[in-house]
Amino acid sequence: MNYLDDFRDGDLVRGVMKEIRRTVTRKWVIMEICGGQTHSIMRYGLDELLPPEVELVHGPGCPVCVTSLELIDKALAIASQPNVILASYGDMLRVPGSQRDLFSVRASGGQVKVVYSPLDAVKLAQANPDKQVVFFGIGFETTAPNNAMTVVQAKALGLKNYSMLVSQVRVPPAMHAILGSPSNRVQGFLAAGHVCAVMGYWEYPPIAWQYRIPIVVTGFEPLDLVQGILMTVRQLEAGRCDVENAYSRVVTEQGNPAAQKIINSVYEECDRNWRGIGTIPNSGWRLNEAYADFDAEKRFQVGHIQTQESQVCIAGQILQGLKKPHQCPAFGTLCTPEKPLGATMVSSEGACAAYYRYHRSRLSQDEPVGAE
Amino acid sequence: MEDTSLPAFEGPVCPLPLAHEEQIVIGHGSGGRMTHDLIRKVFLPRLSSGPLSAGNDFARLTLPEAAALRGRLSVSTDSHIVTPLFFPGGDIGRLAICGTVNDMSMSGAVPLYITAGFILEEGLPVSTLERVVESMRAAAEEAGVQIVAGDTKVVEKGKADQLFINTAGVGWISEERVIGGEQAKPGDVVLVSGTLGDHGIAVLAARGELGFETGVESDVAPLNHLIADVLAAAPNTHVLRDPTRGGLATTLNEIAAQSRVSIWLEEKSIPLNPSVRAACEMLGFDPLYVANEGKLIVIVPEAEAEAALAAMRASPYGRAAARVGTVRAADPGRVLVRTLIGGTRIMDMLAGEMLPRIC
Repeated sequence: MNYLDDFRDGDLVRGVMKEIRRTVTRKWVIMEICGGQTHSIMRYGLDELLPPEVELVHGPGCPVCVTSLELIDKALAIASQPNVILASYGDMLRVPGSQRDLFSVRASGGQVKVVYSPLDAVKLAQANPDKQVVFFGIGFETTAPNNAMTVVQAKALGLKNYSMLVSQVRVPPAMHAILGSPSNRVQGFLAAGHVCAVMGYWEYPPIAWQYRIPIVVTGFEPLDLVQGILMTVRQLEAGRCDVENAYSRVVTEQGNPAAQKIINSVYEECDRNWRGIGTIPNSGWRLNEAYADFDAEKRFQVGHIQTQESQVCIAGQILQGLKKPHQCPAFGTLCTPEKPLGATMVSSEGACAAYYRYHRSRLSQDEPVGAE
Repeated sequence: MEDTSLPAFEGPVCPLPLAHEEQIVIGHGSGGRMTHDLIRKVFLPRLSSGPLSAGNDFARLTLPEAAALRGRLSVSTDSHIVTPLFFPGGDIGRLAICGTVNDMSMSGAVPLYITAGFILEEGLPVSTLERVVESMRAAAEEAGVQIVAGDTKVVEKGKADQLFINTAGVGWISEERVIGGEQAKPGDVVLVSGTLGDHGIAVLAARGELGFETGVESDVAPLNHLIADVLAAAPNTHVLRDPTRGGLATTLNEIAAQSRVSIWLEEKSIPLNPSVRAACEMLGFDPLYVANEGKLIVIVPEAEAEAALAAMRASPYGRAAARVGTVRAADPGRVLVRTLIGGTRIMDMLAGEMLPRIC
């Protein structure tokens, strides 16, 4: 268990923190892209221990949070049809569509199954030949190869009752969108370690050079995170804008070639609508011509569904690092994990959920948590 | 049970065409001969207590002599549903007995009597029922309680998932005991009786749906003996609670709210089985939210903390007991964790169902 214990060692983490404090001379804004990193930061209270000069803002890297309302409504419409089993990652069940969520569809008699491995959805299709099984294939580059594998297998097995509702998104276009925005505040990036485990980090140097911004590939344990922050701060202080790897025990520059091969053989690039942010060009993948038969949007008549986002929820600004969750007027009042307005309050990777779960007392100034 | 769908030829006059000794059929819930046969063959040989054998619709019970009509009663009821029925370390029968024994015992009561109501799904193998009832017998014997009344109903296939059990229990609380979730006081110490999350992970793994295997066994156990040992060593114990559904986090939140105090935990001192920790890391679960069925939270005044801890560690039900936190007056209603690396965070109640993460 060394990868857990050593990378959560308080003394080691505090040692790196001290180094960050020694290095930093002015204020910097660093974005961790991935929601898993946001949760680690909050769960261990890392942001509390950082010097005040280093501000962390939370990026759009939560697959549940950025899946568009429209697509969720499509999933709900499909799941409500008779003779359909909708298979989904657990996190999606609680995400509110414009009217209801998948839990309520299930309670009303719809068949909604949680799968941990996407391939279990293919097994469901095999076991239920009289039902249409639809897998809600969401996620970033991390889930893309696994989700792609389902249609490869379904095709090989000749399954006519399997399809996938695809909401696959990619990190680099989102980074472009954030950095290209006139209101951008981000000066350095912690790139998501597991995304890079699949894709490598060869896509990042052009971004670093174009926007003159350091990018450090970073893992998820406390020690990984402070190491990534230290390397970013060092670059910022030295005026460098390189791509560096702080997660070399997992990530190589080229990534996982087998995973990339299956991604390239199943998907093609497309524009994607990000919840709360809007359409980002070429930011997603859809099934290519060879696998078009497995596209649930084509198999079920859901193309007409169009929906509006909540007016109150500022998830889009949070996902771009423009605002923090507690700056939302609905945070903790109208919007809680029990009754979320937006997906950032739902997912285990959502920034609002992380703030709510771990630190909401610290954020309301009238009742600070007294540290010992 | 009213069931108008029963064919007329199964009425009380005609002989039953088949004995149906291997599978539960609707007739087993009719209240007639088949029900009696089931009771005679499956339940009575295993659960024979005086009141049960008397064959009445009620149990006539006596309080223990020490009570001498003083003290109060502790009454509790719980319904048990679990998939699968049998899992490493236990089964629904053991769960049903221990669950109610434990609920009663958290008042500091001596658990005395238990009743059991069964809802059986048509088609349930009788041998499965026998295994469950045998397990209930063994658990009741381990806990030292008597099963004194019971009931059986059968529902059509698909109307229930194999077997549901409701248990209710009665225990006696001696006069001097004032124990409850509202009794935690600033300065108290929080103890737990062992590793957390074992039951939830064992059952999840046994379901096989998430495609992982572990050697983790459920901790399902009666806690009344452990509680007796704790109370002998620490008579001024303020709170006893078993962190079942929602885990340690949810239970401590309940106590913090009831007692209007805050509870501070030291993350590094919380005992975890390495396999549970690994499974939770993989699935994105927090073990502090995972269910336990044989663990005890004890909140005691500082002066009695060491004695209580020693008593727990000396019991087979509390070998891995540990001191995990303290009670404070500030921030009432909150549970806060000092993290492994020295930060703090809120530990909230579980919002809904715990769901595995995506990536």
